[in-house]
Amino acid sequence: MSELRFEQVSVRFGGRRGMTAVDGVDLTVPKGQVVGLVGESGSGKSTLARAAASLTPLSAGQILFNGRPLRPKRGEHRPLQMVFQDPHSSLNPRMSIGDSIAEGIPRAGRGDAASRRAEVERLLGLVGLDPQRASSYPGQMSGGQLQRVALARALAGQPEVIIADEITSALDVSVQGTVLNLVRDLQRELNLSMLFISHNLAVVRYVADAIAVMYLGRIVEQGPAEQILSNPQHPYTKALLAAVPGNGSTGLSPGMSDPAVQAVSDAEPADPHHPPTGCRYHLRCPIGPLVLPGRDVCREADPEPEGHSHAAACHFADGSLMAGKAGLL
Amino acid sequence: MSTSKTAATAGMAARWLAALKTPVGAVSAAMLLSVLTLAVLAPILWSGQAEEINTRAILQGPSPEHPVGTDSLGRDLFFRLLVATGLSVKLALAATGIGVCVGLVLGAVPSLLSRRIGRLVTAFVNIAVAFPGLLLAMFFAVIFGVGQTGAVLAIGFATAPSFARLTQTLIATQSERDFIAAAKLAGVGRVQRLIRHILPNIAEPLVVTATIGAGSSLLAFAGLSFLGLGVQPPAYDWGRLLNEGLNDIYLHPMAALAPGLAVVIAGLAFNLFGEAVAKTLGAPTPFAGKGAAPQRVRPTAVESSADVEPSTSSRESSAVLTVSDLFVSFPGPAGPITPVRGVSFSLAQGEAVGVVGESGSGKTQTALALAQLVEYPGSVTASRLEFLGQDQLSSPSPAKRQLLGTSFAMVFQDPMKSFNPTMRIGTQLAEVAQRHQGMNRRQALARAADRLRAVRVPAAERRLRQYPHEFSGGMRQRAMIGMGIMGNPALIVADEPTTALDVTVQQQVLRLLSTIKEENNVAILLISHDLTLVGQVCERVLVMYAGRIVEDLPATDLAERSLHPYTQALLAAVPDMETDRNQPLAVVPGRPADPSNVPAGCAFASRCPKADDHCTREDPQLVQQEDGHRVACWHPSRGTGQRVSVELKLPAAALQGEAS
Ligand SMILES: Nc1ncnc2c1ncn2[C@@H]1O[C@H](COP(=O)(O)OP(=O)(O)OP(=O)(O)O)[C@@H](O)[C@H]1O
Ligand code: SF4
Ligand code: SF4
Ligand SMILES: [Mg+2]
Repeated sequence: MSELRFEQVSVRFGGRRGMTAVDGVDLTVPKGQVVGLVGESGSGKSTLARAAASLTPLSAGQILFNGRPLRPKRGEHRPLQMVFQDPHSSLNPRMSIGDSIAEGIPRAGRGDAASRRAEVERLLGLVGLDPQRASSYPGQMSGGQLQRVALARALAGQPEVIIADEITSALDVSVQGTVLNLVRDLQRELNLSMLFISHNLAVVRYVADAIAVMYLGRIVEQGPAEQILSNPQHPYTKALLAAVPGNGSTGLSPGMSDPAVQAVSDAEPADPHHPPTGCRYHLRCPIGPLVLPGRDVCREADPEPEGHSHAAACHFADGSLMAGKAGLL
Repeated sequence: MSTSKTAATAGMAARWLAALKTPVGAVSAAMLLSVLTLAVLAPILWSGQAEEINTRAILQGPSPEHPVGTDSLGRDLFFRLLVATGLSVKLALAATGIGVCVGLVLGAVPSLLSRRIGRLVTAFVNIAVAFPGLLLAMFFAVIFGVGQTGAVLAIGFATAPSFARLTQTLIATQSERDFIAAAKLAGVGRVQRLIRHILPNIAEPLVVTATIGAGSSLLAFAGLSFLGLGVQPPAYDWGRLLNEGLNDIYLHPMAALAPGLAVVIAGLAFNLFGEAVAKTLGAPTPFAGKGAAPQRVRPTAVESSADVEPSTSSRESSAVLTVSDLFVSFPGPAGPITPVRGVSFSLAQGEAVGVVGESGSGKTQTALALAQLVEYPGSVTASRLEFLGQDQLSSPSPAKRQLLGTSFAMVFQDPMKSFNPTMRIGTQLAEVAQRHQGMNRRQALARAADRLRAVRVPAAERRLRQYPHEFSGGMRQRAMIGMGIMGNPALIVADEPTTALDVTVQQQVLRLLSTIKEENNVAILLISHDLTLVGQVCERVLVMYAGRIVEDLPATDLAERSLHPYTQALLAAVPDMETDRNQPLAVVPGRPADPSNVPAGCAFASRCPKADDHCTREDPQLVQQEDGHRVACWHPSRGTGQRVSVELKLPAAALQGEAS
């Protein structure tokens, strides 16, 4: 239905001594597609999501909705809705779930009380809940049920784009499946465009058509899901994939052969207030300057995504001229 | 609609009623009720007696006729005291009302107006709060003129800033919650957000604070009247009576003491009642403070109820930990809640065992019980609890405490909660060695540095001098593990040690645990809701459901040789990198058993595809199947986790049953 495009989007927090949570992100969520966004905590995923929902102001760049800047006025219909991580915090505990959902119905088409009630019941049915439950309060429902309600409220706004921020991380595996199935079915049925954020690669793989990988405020790799998963270009994406349990990783066996590799793999995540120079991943990169000699370029120059497959922001990713040069050295 | 509206308000009523059940709450509520009743009735009933001038009985002391004596016009002070309740309370409430209204407006304005004006208001409020209240009141009294109205306005405006600040803080906390963001996305305007979403959620603490504030206003008003800045004759309130009584305090002390006492009692009634309610709400109050450390309960021995075999491994001789029939229960509003119901297992030296289950299945309580950290009013019983061959059920001894202190390590999900934020990491680690191993401080610090290196914290010496908040999450978790291996632990119990961490950092921590286990032959009990993770690290897996172990199997059997339908359902529900994207994910229908109301028979029966009459009637025991494999199920069968229920649009009906 609609396309959501981030163009050189940056978000800064705090004044002069603040930090840049999102730094020049280019990302497109194509019409009717699901883009999965992965990356470690603090990498800026949620900030990017909140920026798209106009909950956080941009400090640079723009977010385009079908090619036009997204600047919702008060009371105006927003074509974009968001579902949050913690279902207990995303619904007003003092409001019945029916009222919460009704509030999401656009003002223009709200109609009288009866038609509003009918719409609420339709939405509850859509997310697989008994319409009778409209009068229940959040305290009377389980986490999985509440997440369905949150989804119904988002759908009430007749959105064309949905942003789902870690919507299953607070749920047990036993209910995670029901919510994921629902999200996937609704997305297909309503042809929604969706930005699906999760730290769980297996979950992202299940729902997403394309995947973008974020590291310290930047997108370091993006592309069609199956390509990213089968042929990752950026070393950070490779590390993420290797960390998936049962994904052929032998990472747990103690005593890794190379002490240099061991050291970088045990390195701490970088401090976002003081991002490393050059490639932001270079202190943890298993093929970076701390492990392989002669890769000083990683420390000095910021790798550009252009010219690399999957737009991988790595000097030594495939399709890169630098890689060739390094080979010669 | 109306029925559930009551459901939400019933919660509030229940909390306020709970305050009445505490001794302080009951007494103060009774006091408050009598003060208010008196305030309404006394002026109607006794104004005549209180105004009656009797020149023959001037300035008398207490007598049977005049219990508190008389004043300079011979009026009966007892009746005047009673009648004065009306004006005193009325003025205090009026002042509080003004304070609350002004405070609410000042507190809410920053969230409604532009950022700059909001900041200005906040700065103004902060300055006003820093001003002493009485001084402010006197200042206003001068502005508004001496008299009743002036005093009401003065006290009202003087209490407003602190109320404004509280309102501001409460609004700020609520504003960060996701439902406010959701309302914003739904196009709900600022004023509507405030009225519909924020105010209802902060009303309770505001009402409580206003109640406490009324008590303070009462005191303040008495003070102003006493100084002659408040109520002017011929009107009179307690402060005024106090003022008049003070002239002859050496002759008739009662004339001054009685109004003073009245002020104190009424003030306390408001204050204490507010405090009592605040306490049941869990809201912070000036008097609540931090209580003493929570009281831990010790496990007590019970006779073995059934012929449960605690151990499966033939390595029992080398067992680090053996537990049989472990129960943990808490008193609940409707009978006891029993999160752990008869858990039995043993852990061999150097063995890594995982415990998995849904949230609320009793994993954490089991771990806490083993570490003897269950908090009062919980109770822990077992028929057998041995750690390194020592019976932990008999009375405690210093030697046992020592053993537990050095050989049993516990790692929690949130290391921030387990470290003292005000102490350096080094001091906290060293303390363990000083207390349990009798090292001196220098040796202990050296050991701490060594242990931090062992858990691969870079620049260990420098890190020792840092505070917990200076560590990142992964680093803190490693320091926590480092603290656990300060001694020479035989067992590390880790409760969701990586749940709060990112995948790559998670791998680092798990790798560390495996290394420690290999190098020091330490047994590990790893608690997690993540089956795949446990399967990756552990040799044996205990699957818990509703406070029981329902299956105990070698990790290598997880994928294809599990026997319990619940284990299979859990396995099937976890998407992995091979899951078919064109099929719906498998789900476990229904919801977990409620620990306060576990059904008869097999607790899993309502969600189990294989359940039959037998299952709902009789509870299956955990029985040995083959070497190293126990299962509690009437119909165990090997499986790889077939789909249990995958219909999507159907669950409406199923979910109806899910509702409690
Ligand atoms: N202090 C307490 N008073 C009353 N009930 C309690 C108390 N502590 C825990 N419970 C109950 O015990 C049950 C099991 O709790 P426990 O924390 O052990 O489960 P868990 O499986 O570790 O859950 P999670 O994965 O959410 O941490 C829960 O239903 C909880 O309500
Ligand atoms: S640019 Fe260098 S440090 Fe950065 S990811 Fe590529 S190889 Fe690693
Ligand atoms: S005992 Fe019956 S209900 Fe319980 S798990 Fe086994 S088959 Fe299912
Ligand atoms: Mg737990």
